Amino acid sequence: MSDVILSMRGITKTFPGVKALDNVNFDVRQGEIHALVGENGAGKSTLMKVLSGIYPHGDYEGQIIYQGKECRFREIADSEKAGIVIIHQELALIPFLSIAENIFLGNERHSFGVIDWGKTRAEAQKLLETVGLSESPNTLVTDIGVGKQQLVEIAKALSKEVQLLILDEPTATLNENDSDKLLKLLLRFKEQGISSILISHKLNEVERVADSITILRDGKTIETLDCTTGEINEDQIIRGMVGRDLTNRFPRRGAKIGEVILEVRDWTVRHPLHENRTVVDKANLTLRRGEVLGIAGLMGSGRTELAMSLFGQSYGRDITGQAFIRGAQADLSTVNKAIDAGLAYVTEDRKTYGLVLDEDVKNNITLVNLEEVSNSHIIDQNKEIHLANEYRGKFNIKCSNILQKTVNLSGGNQQKVVLSKWLFAGPDILILDEPTRGIDVGAKYEIYVIINKLAEEGKGVIVISSELPEILGLCDRIYVMSEGKVAGELNAAEASQEKIMRYIL
Amino acid sequence: MSSIIKAFKANVRQYGMLIALIVIMLFFEIITQGILLKPLNITNLVLQNSYILIMAIGMLLVIVAGHIDLSVGSICAFIGSTAAVMMVQYHVNAAVTVIACLILGALIGAWQGFWVAYIKIPSFIVTLAGMLVFRGLTLVMLQGLSVGPFPKEFQMISSGFIPDFLGNGEFHLTTMLIAVLFLAAVIFFDIRARRKRIEYGFDVPPFGVFLLRNAGICAAVLFICWLLASYKGLPNVLIILFALTVIYAFITTQTVTGRRIYALGGNEKAAKLSGVKTKRLVLLTFANLGLLSALAGLVFAARLNVATPKAGTGFELDVIAACFIGGASATGGVGTVIGAIIGALVMGVMNNGMSIMGIGIDWQQAIKGMVLLLAVFFDVYNKSKN
Ligand SMILES: Nc1ncnc2c1ncn2[C@@H]1O[C@H](COP(=O)(O)OP(=O)(O)OP(=O)(O)O)[C@@H](O)[C@H]1O
Ligand SMILES: [Mg+2]
Repeated sequence: MSDVILSMRGITKTFPGVKALDNVNFDVRQGEIHALVGENGAGKSTLMKVLSGIYPHGDYEGQIIYQGKECRFREIADSEKAGIVIIHQELALIPFLSIAENIFLGNERHSFGVIDWGKTRAEAQKLLETVGLSESPNTLVTDIGVGKQQLVEIAKALSKEVQLLILDEPTATLNENDSDKLLKLLLRFKEQGISSILISHKLNEVERVADSITILRDGKTIETLDCTTGEINEDQIIRGMVGRDLTNRFPRRGAKIGEVILEVRDWTVRHPLHENRTVVDKANLTLRRGEVLGIAGLMGSGRTELAMSLFGQSYGRDITGQAFIRGAQADLSTVNKAIDAGLAYVTEDRKTYGLVLDEDVKNNITLVNLEEVSNSHIIDQNKEIHLANEYRGKFNIKCSNILQKTVNLSGGNQQKVVLSKWLFAGPDILILDEPTRGIDVGAKYEIYVIINKLAEEGKGVIVISSELPEILGLCDRIYVMSEGKVAGELNAAEASQEKIMRYIL
Repeated sequence: MSSIIKAFKANVRQYGMLIALIVIMLFFEIITQGILLKPLNITNLVLQNSYILIMAIGMLLVIVAGHIDLSVGSICAFIGSTAAVMMVQYHVNAAVTVIACLILGALIGAWQGFWVAYIKIPSFIVTLAGMLVFRGLTLVMLQGLSVGPFPKEFQMISSGFIPDFLGNGEFHLTTMLIAVLFLAAVIFFDIRARRKRIEYGFDVPPFGVFLLRNAGICAAVLFICWLLASYKGLPNVLIILFALTVIYAFITTQTVTGRRIYALGGNEKAAKLSGVKTKRLVLLTFANLGLLSALAGLVFAARLNVATPKAGTGFELDVIAACFIGGASATGGVGTVIGAIIGALVMGVMNNGMSIMGIGIDWQQAIKGMVLLLAVFFDVYNKSKN
């Protein structure tokens, strides 16, 4: 059990302006689940990119010793050949290819260059059974949910005879059920002698499955905790991550709840492609000033669709129903009208809908509200820089400066940029779709504080979240959505995980 | 010294094409034994490339917005022929013709932009259609003939020079005065920008580099203007070009609309969800390119003093190449007006230099193609290194 399969020694990796990794040591033992935790921008993803050859040998300093030999990977193919497979923070499947085709992409079952479809399907079938996914190998990847896509990624990794599986925040986009399935799968792999490295901000999961935990902070290894010898608790991990104690997970609330600010009646949305599919079915909801309203539900239960269709009909077709803002019927037919009506929607998918990745932090923050930083159409650069710096400070965004491109920020810091951008728009009603996805515990707390402050200022906040503890800890009132319908409504006082789950199922 | 080298390395990407342009110019200057930089030739170089430069500015916006326009050459020809028919056959006044043609160009651009933005047909296809349509309409309009010559006022667009208020007829003093005023403005704004950056704690190149750069700019501008001044002074077209460059550089870097075009090209979905009116903006960039293509068509016709059915053939390729050589990204969201101008100048100097050397059009094409490939390679290579 204790023989070391991987040893990374003195790894240092610098980007222009930042030292992302600073003399990091990292050991993984044969057949263990090794969790890698740390704040946003601590260097977790970067370390794994070094390991898997995405940053080739020579791009970093230090040594990688794998199965007793020093390795110098020049590209991903090299590390895969050695049995190291990485599954990225963002999934890398081709949507319009089938599950089987995706599994064997780059590794096709063929003879003389002609694909052997029989073998492809049969082997895919077997792999799908191993990961516990009951879908036909011929199904297109776009037709299955994120949870299942994650399993396809794992099946793909298995097809490469994986020895060391790296998962970068695999459960960030999954609901509890799917996360649970995935973690069980990792435990099963462990029995078969496959080691895994698990990056996650969900410390309860880490605590549950990890044999060792390595904590990174600011690009340095803080410590490696061994969970097999002693009990490790979350507080201990958090202390290592943020360098201090975090006594409360959720800040105190003191907002006064006022009059109704948003009311939605009989909101119905159809699927943009499948005309007969109703994604949101006669949803009703009310939101008051000073209130934090939670929407719970499974992935695909229509939460995001409801939010996006309200926000300038950005999703769906044949949208019917009425929305009242401050008592008056509101026209939300375009994004601009929705913004003018005081609405803001912070997306769950920051790379596709949230950020212009090629642009810098500053330009992303001011994009929605350029009028605010310009005089008669000409941008006042001073004002803009000032403002961007203000948000950088307020949200503690880690970047070398506000002129850094957002594509180079860590996942959590990108999320903070998206949040800043919408706060800068100065909305009255905020819809936050999975606002803490991929965000570390410390930063989560900061975001909760901001949410509470917004509520105290008399704004209405809707939080869509798949993390039930978050919904319970943060919200005054909770709607539960299930299959496009609002299935139930609970007050904070009466709500519990069990009650919510009952409505969901 | 090492800090200067470091700063130089950091700025290679930014100044890379400019340095390449200077190297190419020096190369041809030597190989043509000094003909390239003769006052007459420099003037010609400007006149010969003005229409490509004008269109490159418009094309850059379209490319930044994430699209492409293959029809600009045909629009040039169509507008040229329209102007010719109006002035020569219907004796319409030159000023009226110019205004009508510019409006027509904007409408043509808007028409294509409409198909791209609202009907969602890929711009490659829409403008490929436009390329055929407007070439065809040019033939119809001219009935296969060449139409000209044009009234004097119209020719002045291309063949005129700014009047000299100060000079003695030998040396064009007004040109030098304009150059000096221009440089004063450039240096003033550059110093101001540098102060701002320091104030906000951003990295700035060392003072030596800053000085060197400004000295370089001054030397280059004064030298070129001195060359022009010892011939006939600043051509009218150059003034137009210069105004366009300043205006569009300003629009792209300092205005709300400019910022939104970059956001649109960088991530259309995110821009849309941020309240950017993406469709309208796409239409606008195409209409703008239509307008500039019309202007280029007029300049071209005025220069040749005749409208021919074959005018502007292949311009689209030079224009698009100029943008990419100048650092624009084929996927949108990246590129600068100044870059496109430098890219167009690289192409122009090479055309001119190789013609002087007597290299045939066949080899010229092949060499230009390789330069395009190398320039973009250089760009990609630099990006991957960071
Ligand atoms: N290509 C790059 N260029 C410049 N800086 C980069 C680049 N990639 C990462 N960084 C920087 O390196 C640091 C570490 O980033 P990394 O993505 O490894 O963080 P992380 O620990 O995975 O964070 P998260 O939990 O938010 O995903 C960050 O400060 C980030 O801004
Ligand atoms: Mg990461």
